[in-house]
Amino acid sequence: MCLGIPGQIVEITDDERLMAMAEVSGVRREVNVACVATGPLDELLGKWALIHVGFAMSVIDEDEAAKTLEALQGLGEAQETLEAMADGQSALEGTQ
Amino acid sequence: MRFVEEFRDPVAAKTVLAAIEKKVDEIGATAEKPVHIMEICGGHTHAIFRYGLDKLTPPGIEFIHGPGCPVCVLPMSRIDECVQVAEDPNVIFTTFGDAMRVPGSKKSLLQAKADGADIRMVYSPLDALEIARRNPEREVVFFGLGFETTTPSTALSIQQAARESLSNFSVFCNHITVPPPIRILLDDPHMILDGFVGPGHVSMVIGTHPYDFIAEDYGKPIVVAGFEPLDLLQSVLMVLTQIAEGRAEVENQYGRIVPEHGNPVSLAAIADVYETRPSFEWRGLGEIDASGLRIREAYRAFDTEEKFGIGYGAGDRSVQEPEGCACGSVMTGRIKPYQCPQYGKGCTPEMPLGALMVSSEGACAAYFQYSAVEAAE
Amino acid sequence: MNMTAPKPSRLRGDRVTLAHGGGGKAMRDLIDEVFTDVFQPESAEDQARLTHDALLEPGAQLAFTTDSFVVSPVEFPGGDIGKIAVCGTVNDLAVGGAKPLWLSAAFIIEEGCEIALLRRIVASMQAEARKAGVKIVTGDTKVVGKGAADQVFVTTSGVGVIPKGRNLRAEAIQPGDVAIVNGVLGDHGAAIMAARGDMALSTDLQSDCQSLNGLIEAVIEAVPEVRAARDATRGGLASSLNELANAAGVSIEIDETAVPLRPEVRGVCEILGLDPLYLANEGTLVLFVPADQAEAALGAMHATSAGRDAVAIGHVGQGPAGRVTMRTLFGGQRLVDMLVGEQLPRIC
Repeated sequence: MCLGIPGQIVEITDDERLMAMAEVSGVRREVNVACVATGPLDELLGKWALIHVGFAMSVIDEDEAAKTLEALQGLGEAQETLEAMADGQSALEGTQ
Repeated sequence: MRFVEEFRDPVAAKTVLAAIEKKVDEIGATAEKPVHIMEICGGHTHAIFRYGLDKLTPPGIEFIHGPGCPVCVLPMSRIDECVQVAEDPNVIFTTFGDAMRVPGSKKSLLQAKADGADIRMVYSPLDALEIARRNPEREVVFFGLGFETTTPSTALSIQQAARESLSNFSVFCNHITVPPPIRILLDDPHMILDGFVGPGHVSMVIGTHPYDFIAEDYGKPIVVAGFEPLDLLQSVLMVLTQIAEGRAEVENQYGRIVPEHGNPVSLAAIADVYETRPSFEWRGLGEIDASGLRIREAYRAFDTEEKFGIGYGAGDRSVQEPEGCACGSVMTGRIKPYQCPQYGKGCTPEMPLGALMVSSEGACAAYFQYSAVEAAE
Repeated sequence: MNMTAPKPSRLRGDRVTLAHGGGGKAMRDLIDEVFTDVFQPESAEDQARLTHDALLEPGAQLAFTTDSFVVSPVEFPGGDIGKIAVCGTVNDLAVGGAKPLWLSAAFIIEEGCEIALLRRIVASMQAEARKAGVKIVTGDTKVVGKGAADQVFVTTSGVGVIPKGRNLRAEAIQPGDVAIVNGVLGDHGAAIMAARGDMALSTDLQSDCQSLNGLIEAVIEAVPEVRAARDATRGGLASSLNELANAAGVSIEIDETAVPLRPEVRGVCEILGLDPLYLANEGTLVLFVPADQAEAALGAMHATSAGRDAVAIGHVGQGPAGRVTMRTLFGGQRLVDMLVGEQLPRIC
């Protein structure tokens, strides 16, 4: 349900109606920014937001995105450590 | 694409999958005795099949595809009402493409269009507003369907129409809410679910607290998840970790999009324009208390039900679902799509009988589209 | 010095009326000025009379195809209905190994269609025909009432010659063969969708609309063992692969990471919930060659303008017959089925 895609706010097109141009991978579409307009509209320029049916629904929290990726990375490192430990263990067992 | 590609990295997927495998072993789940995880949202169902995640995850995990496809749960009688409104020669009926093929008792919107109704597919309710501005002599109706993700867009459009006194614009409100059907599923004595992957985009509007009852009252873990494959895999791992540790909490994997308390502007717009209906019919699930929304008195001028006298409960509510259709059992996880006697026979994407075969998010259509071969084997 | 003044136009008004289809002087003037002055057919008869040395070669076969073109809008970034009408028929001949020679062109014109638009379409047909080395040798026009057509519909038929010994056909595809596309997919479908304007998307996308006969000749010259080719028009790459897999009784597996897509096409697909494998193309083909010839075929394609971005996207398997699958970028596998009806934009 609810197809949404990250787009970057590149231009404010209508201050009064809270409309802005969002760009998704080189494709532009005018979207309504009412849900994410917490201050002057210009502050949205350059920000990334989740676009759904022509509305910017949520500004993407870049720190949170980085944290999620770090957690995934962490899994990878933990996995490597475990594998290294397992290798070490079998090496030790091999010498016994 | 930023915030997309990073979450589709196949190398990272390998490590998450390895961790999932380990967790499944730790729990002791096997193909014979699997952990049942429901992805509530149809978008997640679609992603699982699109990326083949069902085949990458160990056999100890079984995905149960939930009721979170708004098109799939739309009752036939409401499509009939759409057709009735659309066939009024003064009406321009606007809708998302999703609804075009859903079967009504006599015809779908696609067939009504072929029969001459002025039905137009739009990407956004804003586009319907624009059509209304340009056609002041015609009645422009927008078919408002979808869960909490989509509800703010129609609420804001109705507010905008009110500001402009756009008297030829109305919304046929069929918005529904996610938590009530989950409670129904959890109350089902045959319920076999061990945990949930929660709908990310609904949650960016409503936040994570509306799911507290799942953990607190029913003792089941739920993780609100994003829609990229890594998001989904990480969320599955988080559900498994909760199960392994004997926890049942509401966790948020999709922090980049989902704030804990949702989006205040969206919530305010919904509260301003809509109120809860006493009850609403879901295809396959029946009437569910307080699960649908209607337009408030203050905005009745923009309510298609008022304008066209098709108020919920006014029309024929006895339209029977097609015989032999087991969408209800599939949606509650009792059977797999291919175990339905009509699957691939009386019901195919070309000639859908039940709603789950209509939308590409429907479990049956997803099975048919992406893995029909294995299912048939 | 030979200075001839431009011939004064005898056409009245800017738009086609029913009189232009009535068989009288108005029709004669329309046909003369808009069509035959540009196409310059050699014969004044109602038929083209044709000879060609290639036809006289023993073992040569005549190839004959026809296709109708309806597209909205009729003019779009990267082409128009006329260019597509030439490319489409040239390509239908070329993918069967024929050298396209002659085309016919028939126009169903809606009352009220702008004459200037017809002139642009005809000019673009003639330009594309020159480029592809074919001649538009005969044609027809009809005018229908307002609403009975959408501006203009074009039907082209094409005749070509298949040299002796060539036998490109789906049934020749064998397990182990490699599938190659000549460039990015979905440009036409995405560009048209944006150009239609009802989704209010703006992009710099252009239709891929182009003739592929030069490319095919180059590949066949380098790799005479080319098994089969198809231009992936309506229904996109997915439909072409399904047709070929069915006809050849083989399975085909493609690799998602190898399928070339422009970022904007990805963007349109993500926004509207579409699958690029099903988007229409008008100058993109998929062809099959034995695995050990894949490099040679790619080399030959890369040397042509239509094949600069050619790339191998998958291979043929033993079966089950007709099954097309895609290895996802995640290493998973999914079925790539025929499209049900038309792909509709979706929000969920």
